[in-house]
Amino acid sequence: MSSITGVSVADTPGPDDVTPAGGPEQRTPTGDGASTGRRGDMIFGGLARGAGLVVVTLVTLVGAFLIVQAVPALLDNESNFLTSQDWNVDSSPLHFGIARLLWVTVISSVLAMLIAVPLSVCIALFLTQYAPKWLAKPGAALIDLLAAVPSIVYGLWGVFTVGQYFEPVASVIQSVLGWFPLFSETNTSAASTIAFVSVILAIMVLPIITALTREVFAQTPQSHKDAATALGATKWEVIRTAVLPFGKPGIISASMLGLGRALGETVAVMMIVSSLPDGAPWDWSVFTGGETFASKIANNAGEFDNPSKTGAFIAAGLVLFLLTFVVNAIARIVIERRKAFSE
Amino acid sequence: MSTAASLDPTPKGAGGTTPQLSQLGQSGSRAAKNKIATAVMWLAFLVALVPLIWIIATVLMKGGSLLLDAGWWTQSQRGIGRKEVGGGAAHAIQGTLIQAFVTALIAVPIGVMTAVYLVEYGRGKAARVVSFMVDILTGVPSIVAALFVYAVWVTTFGFDRIPFAVCLALVLLMIPVVVRSTEEMLKLVPNELREASYALGVPKWKTILKIVLPTAFSGIITGILLGLARVMGETAPLIILGPYFRSLTTNLFDGLMGTLPTMIFAGRDNMSVDASAQRVWAAACTLIILIMILNLLGRLVGRFSKVKN
Repeated sequence: MSSITGVSVADTPGPDDVTPAGGPEQRTPTGDGASTGRRGDMIFGGLARGAGLVVVTLVTLVGAFLIVQAVPALLDNESNFLTSQDWNVDSSPLHFGIARLLWVTVISSVLAMLIAVPLSVCIALFLTQYAPKWLAKPGAALIDLLAAVPSIVYGLWGVFTVGQYFEPVASVIQSVLGWFPLFSETNTSAASTIAFVSVILAIMVLPIITALTREVFAQTPQSHKDAATALGATKWEVIRTAVLPFGKPGIISASMLGLGRALGETVAVMMIVSSLPDGAPWDWSVFTGGETFASKIANNAGEFDNPSKTGAFIAAGLVLFLLTFVVNAIARIVIERRKAFSE
Repeated sequence: MSTAASLDPTPKGAGGTTPQLSQLGQSGSRAAKNKIATAVMWLAFLVALVPLIWIIATVLMKGGSLLLDAGWWTQSQRGIGRKEVGGGAAHAIQGTLIQAFVTALIAVPIGVMTAVYLVEYGRGKAARVVSFMVDILTGVPSIVAALFVYAVWVTTFGFDRIPFAVCLALVLLMIPVVVRSTEEMLKLVPNELREASYALGVPKWKTILKIVLPTAFSGIITGILLGLARVMGETAPLIILGPYFRSLTTNLFDGLMGTLPTMIFAGRDNMSVDASAQRVWAAACTLIILIMILNLLGRLVGRFSKVKN
């Protein structure tokens, strides 16, 4: 298990995985069959089941409450929820749509992944394949420490320390790639743009992806690597032909879990990206401001004064919930499929 | 396979320094590619260290000196103007610790028992549903958790925003971390231990309580500490449910409570004022130190684990 995320993309064998291809029935001593039906067993077993039930209920309630409270606002909404970029929820009828929020959320997270994934994979390869023995463990712990920095500190550091150094970088990118709508020039100060928050988000998800991919790379069967070496492969060729193919599902699911984290990140985005005034024209450029789902909700936390208004923000939260749900589900499916094939 | 492994003369992790047989007869471009790859990997690692060192250096240089002042740990910000020097973060440190403690008090029993269910009891569809729900919970963004608690606590029941509501949101974020880490640890407990216990006629629940959980104990503690580290740094639920407060308070059920993240968040508007800015950086430094202590403690406890991963 990764020590910083609580999830694992590698399959640690449990006690029942030791016997290959064993169905649940084969595990007689620890299954319910071992229960004696005594009162103690019934109480303890009941508590365990109850806890499981609490978790199921909580998740169901999260979904249910968000839906129930979002529906009245959605019914009162006169703009198209998916394609409009208005956000006027002060008076009924409401006018709100998530087009702009969705775009900013997705583009900032995707950009962050484009930076973080290659870097994380290289770091994980370094820590598992290249690092001298004395460096491997402390090196991994150092990268893990990045995960110990809370997001608000990343935001603070981004705004007040790093921001000024991003200005020249942004102008270089704009002058070279400015012909492409995504990188076109704007008047926004570079330190409060989507592009800059992507860099900070990349640093934030880097330790997560590194920790998860590291785990998978470390599990590459030695026989695969030996086989490649015996065929005359260089170290890099061993990695390319044995380690990376073995770790590919792990890389994909780790990236997805990182993406889920980036999509929902609130405070750093809120502190760094400047929000655009209402009615601002659509701009594809990442060198402009905007709001993500999470930062929109947090920015307006002080204004949740009536149910229909709050409902509009809850609707946005619901979409964010669904978005992260889909991303995490993809990660899960990739892990499960890997388990199915690796037997 | 075992012979192949024993033939390999290079110990793992030392490959970077040991020349390999294959490198003797390779063409120039392949050797060059190999060298470039090695350089890129080293570079990636060094690049990742830059933000870490930069952040730590920044908070230490801009706020570290305040931490050496005893008042920082004993006084609150009550009555201190934004341009005034002085006061401490005792209110925020205390608030953060209280909220984290209460969160753990609720989340740990649920999390550990859910893991016990998944490993020791759960079979078939029901267990798969629970496991799936834990996965969903792992992915719930903190702002959504906060919004959910807001929708229940404030919109539905009409209660005020109180510190306890923050704890409820944090519980949602902590449960999956505790479940997953406990689950991994319980799975590592050898089946022989359980079987030996059953063979002596010990009932299942006593086996779990007296054999399985104690064997996995240090691993469970590690999971709890890492979970605490995660919830202590969360800011989004605090923005929605727990606005900043400048005085010492221990009441979770009335009024407001200051925390380190909200202290930073509230102070960021006054960064042009030196006294305020220093306090904000010092609060950031304190928060990082608290979280890193929990992380290190978690790792340390993990070392004494009876079951090895």
